[in-house]
Amino acid sequence: MQSLQKITSRFIPLRIENVDTDQIIPARFLKATTKLGFGKNLFRDWRYENDDETKPKADFVLNQKQYKGDILVAAKNFGCGSSREHAAWSIQDYGFKVVVSSFFADIFKNNALNNGVLPVTVTDAFLQQIFAEGADATLTVDLEKQTITIDNTGASETFDINAYKKTCMLNGYDDIDYLLSMKEEIAAFEKTMG
Amino acid sequence: MGKTIFDKIWDKHVVKIIEDGPSVLYIDKHLIHEVTSPQAFSGIEKRGAQLFRPKQIVATADHNVPTMNQHLPIADQLSKFQVDTLIDNCKKHGVELYGLGHEHQGIVHVIGPELGITQPGMTIVCGDSHTSTHGAFGSIAFGIGTSEVEMVFASQCVMQSKPKVMRINIDGAIQNGVVSKDIILFIIAQISASGATGYFVEYAGSAIRALSMEARMTICNMSIEMGARGGIIAPDETTYAYIKGRPFAPKDADWEIKLAEWKKLFTDADAKFDVEININAADIQPMVTYGTNPGMGLSVTGKLPTLESITDATEKQNFEKALKYMGLTPGQSLLGMPVQNVFIGSCTNSRIEDFRLVASIIKGKQKDPNVKTLIVPGSQAVAKQIIAEGLDKIFAAAGVEIRQAGCSACLGMNEDKIPAGEYCISTSNRNFEGRQGAGARTMLVSPLTAAAALLTGKITDIRTMLN
Repeated sequence: MQSLQKITSRFIPLRIENVDTDQIIPARFLKATTKLGFGKNLFRDWRYENDDETKPKADFVLNQKQYKGDILVAAKNFGCGSSREHAAWSIQDYGFKVVVSSFFADIFKNNALNNGVLPVTVTDAFLQQIFAEGADATLTVDLEKQTITIDNTGASETFDINAYKKTCMLNGYDDIDYLLSMKEEIAAFEKTMG
Repeated sequence: MGKTIFDKIWDKHVVKIIEDGPSVLYIDKHLIHEVTSPQAFSGIEKRGAQLFRPKQIVATADHNVPTMNQHLPIADQLSKFQVDTLIDNCKKHGVELYGLGHEHQGIVHVIGPELGITQPGMTIVCGDSHTSTHGAFGSIAFGIGTSEVEMVFASQCVMQSKPKVMRINIDGAIQNGVVSKDIILFIIAQISASGATGYFVEYAGSAIRALSMEARMTICNMSIEMGARGGIIAPDETTYAYIKGRPFAPKDADWEIKLAEWKKLFTDADAKFDVEININAADIQPMVTYGTNPGMGLSVTGKLPTLESITDATEKQNFEKALKYMGLTPGQSLLGMPVQNVFIGSCTNSRIEDFRLVASIIKGKQKDPNVKTLIVPGSQAVAKQIIAEGLDKIFAAAGVEIRQAGCSACLGMNEDKIPAGEYCISTSNRNFEGRQGAGARTMLVSPLTAAAALLTGKITDIRTMLN
């Protein structure tokens, strides 16, 4: 897994609430058997007219050239719906390292963390401050300090992440290595269950 | 202080609590399917690891299978490759597979319960958010991502932070024409598509107790649609009667031992919930959704919200976006609106009881000539039961074809899709943009309301069609 410590980047503002994982990656792209190449279909049906890559929808933020960056900022309840991890793979493959929202759906949050994409939960008021910034503004996310800062104004908030997941993110560790190291303990636990 | 049923099961399955981190939670049953498992199998192989407890895994092919001519090779090459990959992986790693053509094949959340694999007190996971369905049996069941599927392959455990607990009490008698789908659509409309995020929800009260297992599964199934980690209903005589005698149910002396354990699975009178909600069952009417998330629902006789009624700017913008997609206007009524498609199926409503409900409405009547239908049983066993009960003749006489088992038009992954711009009255669980096909307009309803639309070609109040 990719590690992440601190990032300063411009951001893509997605002012839509309840973005479900069917929008992030429609089901017809789930026929793959690898994790590769999902980024080109990220938000496919919001990005293109009639599924046609030569017809980008001008009103969709990923198609607006002034917006760039490694941080996606979305309105509340981001990643709801289907558990498909393909949503996290799409976001990562497109190049995002951080997703900021005032509220994340549970499964998406875990899926993002398991793929080295950091979900940063901010207050509604702070989210509105970010959305009020222009296309050239940058955000700094410091995982060690657990802070997110709007660099123009210096406005800053702290965000929550449990210490275990933080260590995993900072170092690029994953849960599977941890669980594999616990196999004897788990086998002993099974015997106590009856 | 007393414990909730959720706490009792959770605490029993915690192998270890990581300091200032998640718990390592032991998983009794792991259900897998073709779409969210291939990367987990290749992940485990890349690590040079083995599946830790392959006998606790059951596989089926459901999301990406055709619902016609299942005896023929799958025509779509990508779909075929994915289904073949599942077959290879299961063979290689010693996992039981109920694939196409097997008598146990079907939607993963339909076959688990009907085979007696799902039992009270268990922890159950699957790489599918509707795993919450199995909570109807008094188990902790939830959807996971593919990395977590790999974790369970590696260790029979997942890393989970303990969710908060919410109880929703529904008391009193439900009206004639109202079924469990209406109850859950009503709840989600009340608390919104994110209202239970971070919580595990227990459903309780006399209206829940009165429901069949199929009806309870419909309710727990849609817990995820309000963001909940899962839903749970304490087991009772209805639960035990449903499980007894099923292929993988405990037998003889083992049954008595299990039954005694199951009877301890209830929430203690003095247990505390983080949130408690009370609903009067008599207030619930037949429901229909009008928007692009399951929280955007109303009574079939109701009117859409007006623009003026929404004060928050972002919310207003999202409401307008949803209505534009759905081709609806603020403040309008839905009753009498023409619909072009009816889908009856999905892990929410494709069990035998759902087909009985539909048959009771369409018996002796004809389908509206303008309506196209996708009627898809949840499993091979449901399909067989439909024939055994003669329901197939009722559907055939109404001019309606019954397909073969699978997820079908619920998620628009196989060829069963709704054309762009058309409305679909659907017994499934999600009305997201493009869920049933790019541009498709989904309205979620109960099997009864779907049956009514099938006959009239319009959104209809089922209560006007009942004696």
